[in-house]
Amino acid sequence: MSGKTEDAGRLDAVAPAIELIGISKAFGPVQANKNISMTVAKGAIHGIVGENGAGKSTLMSILYGFYKADSGSVKIDGVPTTISDSHDAIAAGIGMVHQHFMLVDNFTVLENVVLGAEEGATLGPSLRKARKELKRLADEYELDVDPDALIQDISVGFQQRVEILKALYRQAEILILDEPTGVLTPDEADHLFRILRNLKDQGKTIVIITHKLREIMDVTDSVSVMRRGEMTKTIATNTTSPEDLAEAMVGRRVLLEVNKKPVEVGETVMQVINLSVTDAHGVKRLKNVSLELKRGEILGIAGVAGNGQSELLEVIAGIGAATSGEVLMHGEAIDVSKHANAELRRHRGISHVPEDRHQRGLVMPFMTWENTAFGYHNEPEYSGKFGLANQKYMKKDAREKMERFDIRPPNPQLVASHFSGGNQQKIVLAREIERNPDVLLIGQPTRGVDIGAIEFIHQQIVNLRDAGKAILLVSVELDEIQALSDRILVMFDGVIQGERMPESTDEGELGLLMAGVDPEAKQ
Amino acid sequence: MNKNLPKWVDLGLIPLLTLALAFAVSGLVVLSIGQDPVEVVSVMVKGALCNPATDSSCFSGIGHTLYFTTNFIFTGLAVAVAFHARLFNIGGEGQAGLAGVGVALVMLSYNWPHWSIALVVGTLAAMAFGAAWAAIPAYLQAKRGSHIVITTIMFNLIATAIIGYLLVGPMQAEGSLPESASFPKSAALPTMYDMFGWFGLAFDKNAPANISFVLAIIAAVLVWVLIWKTRLGYEMRAFGHSEKAAVYAGISPLKITMIAMLLSGALSGMMAVNTVQGEAERLLLGSVEGAGFIGIAVALMGRSHPVGVVLAAFLFGVLTQGGAELQFALGIPAEMITVIQALIIMFTGSLENMVRIPLEKVFIRAGKGVSS
Repeated sequence: MSGKTEDAGRLDAVAPAIELIGISKAFGPVQANKNISMTVAKGAIHGIVGENGAGKSTLMSILYGFYKADSGSVKIDGVPTTISDSHDAIAAGIGMVHQHFMLVDNFTVLENVVLGAEEGATLGPSLRKARKELKRLADEYELDVDPDALIQDISVGFQQRVEILKALYRQAEILILDEPTGVLTPDEADHLFRILRNLKDQGKTIVIITHKLREIMDVTDSVSVMRRGEMTKTIATNTTSPEDLAEAMVGRRVLLEVNKKPVEVGETVMQVINLSVTDAHGVKRLKNVSLELKRGEILGIAGVAGNGQSELLEVIAGIGAATSGEVLMHGEAIDVSKHANAELRRHRGISHVPEDRHQRGLVMPFMTWENTAFGYHNEPEYSGKFGLANQKYMKKDAREKMERFDIRPPNPQLVASHFSGGNQQKIVLAREIERNPDVLLIGQPTRGVDIGAIEFIHQQIVNLRDAGKAILLVSVELDEIQALSDRILVMFDGVIQGERMPESTDEGELGLLMAGVDPEAKQ
Repeated sequence: MNKNLPKWVDLGLIPLLTLALAFAVSGLVVLSIGQDPVEVVSVMVKGALCNPATDSSCFSGIGHTLYFTTNFIFTGLAVAVAFHARLFNIGGEGQAGLAGVGVALVMLSYNWPHWSIALVVGTLAAMAFGAAWAAIPAYLQAKRGSHIVITTIMFNLIATAIIGYLLVGPMQAEGSLPESASFPKSAALPTMYDMFGWFGLAFDKNAPANISFVLAIIAAVLVWVLIWKTRLGYEMRAFGHSEKAAVYAGISPLKITMIAMLLSGALSGMMAVNTVQGEAERLLLGSVEGAGFIGIAVALMGRSHPVGVVLAAFLFGVLTQGGAELQFALGIPAEMITVIQALIIMFTGSLENMVRIPLEKVFIRAGKGVSS
């Protein structure tokens, strides 16, 4: 770091908390990290941004001892340190909060904190000690969590706090957070940032990996940009802008706004009337949800993950069953019972880009030409005689789709897991959009997708809407909802908490709705 | 398919290396009982591959090996087909056993005029009975979530009990032995000796191998077409990789589970054409002789690919026949061959990563692999 920021200037005399010198790491022919050097001052919040596959996670995994660097060295507090596993990392005072939490669901908060750091043969003393320590940490950093609550009963925001507590309990001086706000409401994210600032004030050093540029601008002191395994830029945050960072990430100027012209909204295509879903455990996931979807509009559904959006999409797509209510397509009811079949939905003009492309949208070990026909494989053009598949046509069709959607590498024989997130999503999009559906259901269109591809995917969605199709968009990224939607519904706890027009609302209001608060009722 | 290794390594080199390791350890076991491993191997290989028609020192040889191979191809294909839909059919033993009952019933119910007709009805009966015995566990799995491994194992036991009852009860021939009446001679299937004779070639007259071997090869080809070329096979593989994706695509889990298990049961059942109709020509107790279980190892080793299954079935055929020969020639107990089979299953089935991971490292270092 340049020492330009105030914090770094003040702490110049102190050895930097982290010093990475010439780190390189290759996986086969892929150079994940190329000669990377990075310095993070003690007591600073440092951000690392970069697209998927830029090498951020690899770099942090080297620091945390998951991978061994091919070359280069690490200094912690100025002392050369060899970190060959997570024990070494913990001993060196490094704690990591993973994107996917490493918690035991049916253990209490206290048990999770102690897990792996138990002392002695019986649990009692460790638990008592941890309880005391947790109390102290809670008071000091706004990190309050009920120590006796089960992990499965607390929200993801609290689960994340438990992860942070775990690290602090192990006396971490350096905290690495990987995509920490992916699952949080704006409110929870703000709380997290307050915690991080408190930690910083106590002299802890924090490294945040994220793809959200606004967070970088809000919370960090300095930021490093990675691109294709190299560190292209390290800069004090107050001297840069989101546009500059995006350019450094992608290597070209990126359109952060969606290019979208107003379109005349047409007649209603789909109506959802009083739809309710109760899951196998008897929990009500969807409660009397009604909505209308019109031609030429993108209806965005905002909400924190797990508030019924997934169930709504699944019922409409014919994957999940409704307990009551109905869905009308062009005024005719479609089957929402457990006998519903997703293939018949496609015949009714409903296409679906599912939220989870790894589990649903793609069959990962299938080759691209098998995936580009998936779900439509019984359509006449993909079918041969005697139940055979028309593989020749499937391959030709895949090659053409890959060209039109710029899917790289353009090889239909490659299996889906070979592609980057963005290209995987383009395979799904090409398949669903090119059927020219009346209604496109699309969940988390850009989750795990690099910035360059986001631009392309958003444009495809807008083009479909401009062609007079109806689009139901579910996303946990509020930015995305605001940028794409012609109308926004916010879901909370299985109900539609409110409807807003994007031009007359803001993030604060949507954030409150997402947290179950009705801002109008409050006033 | 493994993405870090070229296909020839994945499908060729790794099975060969694991096999070599299994044999090396087997060699040590043989040494430990005071036998010479080289001699043991030569006795086994010769005993399994020699042809009594041309070699006077040979007693049974290839004609027996191919008979066992036929069984293992059927049961191996059965496990492989189910496995593509991620269903672990452990019930080959029971399905093949019940199929024997089906074959016996149709063979004893009518005096079929020609072997070709008998072959068709016998095969259909075997498939129908085998499939029916797989249908119940399949339905319980698809509808009630009863684990198919548990139910098929239980159905093996039930099948044994049913066959035992039938052979000392309704189906027992006159006399005191627990076996059915012999099938009419007029419909006996051609043995391999007969078939070689059609082309004027010599073969072991006493060999049990029969036309079912051809049936097994045809079945292997059809399974290949099914899995890799048809839409049904595509749906089965999709379901096998991800049930959620299958549901998303509109593929019914119930339908795929039922079809995959019915096919699997039918394939296991076809083994009865070889053993009951082709060789014994009557229903005996224990006619499956563990082939249903060996099919699991065959499918594992053959990577659930029909070509691999045929090759692995032949290997196990050689081991079975060569093992019998060992006992005869060297007095090595039959259990020893079970030990060697178990070592092969262990190395190819569960210790494969011992070979795979170092190889992956070698290939990644050589820069030929593709990193994720």
